[in-house]
Amino acid sequence: MAIDAAVLRRDFPILQRSVNGSKLVYLDSAASAQKPGSVLAALDAFYRESYANVHRGAHTLSAEATDKYEAARARVARFVNAPSERSVVFVRNATEGINLVAHAWGRSALGAGDEIVVTVAEHHANLVPWHLLAAERGVRIRGVPLGSDGRVDMEALAAAIGPRTKLVATFHMSNVLGVINPLPRIAALAHAVGAFMLVDGAQAAAHLPVDVQASGADAYVISGHKLGGPSGIGALWVREELLRQWPPFMGGGEMIRHVEIDRSTYADIPMRFEAGTPAIAEAVGLHAALDYLDEVGRAEIWEHDKALARYAIERLRRLPGVTLYGPEGEDRGGIVPFNVDGVHPHDVASVLDAHGVAIRAGHHCAQPLMQALGVRGTARASFWLHTTTEEIDRLAEAVAEAREFFGAVA
Amino acid sequence: MGFLDQVYRDAVLEHARSPRNRGELDPYSVRQEGVNPSCGDELVLYLRVEGGEVAGASFTGHGCAISQASASLMTQAVRGLRVDEAKLLVERFKDMVHGRGAHPSLGDAAVLEGVSKLHARVKCATLAWIALDAGLDAEAAGKTEAEQISVDQE
Repeated sequence: MAIDAAVLRRDFPILQRSVNGSKLVYLDSAASAQKPGSVLAALDAFYRESYANVHRGAHTLSAEATDKYEAARARVARFVNAPSERSVVFVRNATEGINLVAHAWGRSALGAGDEIVVTVAEHHANLVPWHLLAAERGVRIRGVPLGSDGRVDMEALAAAIGPRTKLVATFHMSNVLGVINPLPRIAALAHAVGAFMLVDGAQAAAHLPVDVQASGADAYVISGHKLGGPSGIGALWVREELLRQWPPFMGGGEMIRHVEIDRSTYADIPMRFEAGTPAIAEAVGLHAALDYLDEVGRAEIWEHDKALARYAIERLRRLPGVTLYGPEGEDRGGIVPFNVDGVHPHDVASVLDAHGVAIRAGHHCAQPLMQALGVRGTARASFWLHTTTEEIDRLAEAVAEAREFFGAVA
Repeated sequence: MGFLDQVYRDAVLEHARSPRNRGELDPYSVRQEGVNPSCGDELVLYLRVEGGEVAGASFTGHGCAISQASASLMTQAVRGLRVDEAKLLVERFKDMVHGRGAHPSLGDAAVLEGVSKLHARVKCATLAWIALDAGLDAEAAGKTEAEQISVDQE
């Protein structure tokens, strides 16, 4: 059944507010999603009724908190169709998940002469951890360009992957172009040379169904805050037989088996990777967010998302002096980057903000992609399950006004 | 549109469209780069200091209307000031865009006072002025090519 965004938006308390005298039009879900009331209620109820530290208490509250924390882990496993929750590690966000892979696996498995293959459209979170590793280990990073159709150039990708390739790290859904990467094809290329395949799912998980087993990925990261959950919680899934072999990432409480004054042994997975008190309530909030997404239906969200992208592209294309980026088609979701000719994206965003329309402007933590597109930055409208076509109309009206307001400021 | 018109005053838009002192200064005493990492905007400031006075200032780079207008207004305002006066003016400009009022010595640059109402854009306005401050320090330390500064360092 198709989504009725006008009804769903009532689930989001913040969408009822006004900004600068206009009803808020929130088109920045790709930066961070707003929270449904059920997530807020879950956080509130957990703190009021069940909060305690996890995995250590001999008392009832600690046991309850542990049950809820572990139930959230199982929920994440189900959300991405992981074969078991043992292979799901809670982290702060997708960025930390990638850094965990770089430290635990990268530092023990990679050395001089090894190569990492990424695309030019990666988020900085999927580039900078590899830069740090490359500086330390003498690893080489190869960047794959986009083809003329605005998608990752699969021929160039196949050519970049070779016997030295140890890791292929790429996005599931581009945080700028809204395009979906063909993961099974990329994974097949990676696995043909025995490389590890890491997928940055920070954007995709909010927009379409995720099946880590069907994707062919060896590791997949998500961020709770982009899924309608709290900030400060994310998850890393890694194929269990691989994760078992990895050394710890950070040391501390919770991740040990036994500690002496000068040595320690480490817990089994996933606890080996969760040093210190974790984001307990945030995990519970994430559980509620994933429940909400599946209640709405992720296949339905994806259809809605694609329809909104088509509508926005069509609507903005009709405006003179507006340049749109990214491919069109069934693999394009609801993230629409654009520029108003001669107007800096931040100036566009300020005019939109004056109309209550919230978008992001700038390089979107994707400077290599900006360079590939030949721009310094763009404005970016991003949509979610609560976005309506009326809101996109308001976006288009405000964009037209921005153009008029600035004339041709270089 | 109330606050937009206060931020993007006609004089601001006019300076953004036709910036003054845009280009490389030849010769210059110091070249100072400044960046705004959150948006990737970059500014290169050229200063000529003679006898303890700012004899000339110019800039190149890329940025939004606010940053370009601010750089344009700054290069006009600073010309002919003693170095200590120029550094004081930087503080007064920062005070203004942080909502603490426009000191009369800011002159034409006071048209940017409205930026104080737009928290997300304050750094766009301060970039050129922070570069000025750093550039003057670098010049005093005898450097010609100053180390790049970030607006986040403020």
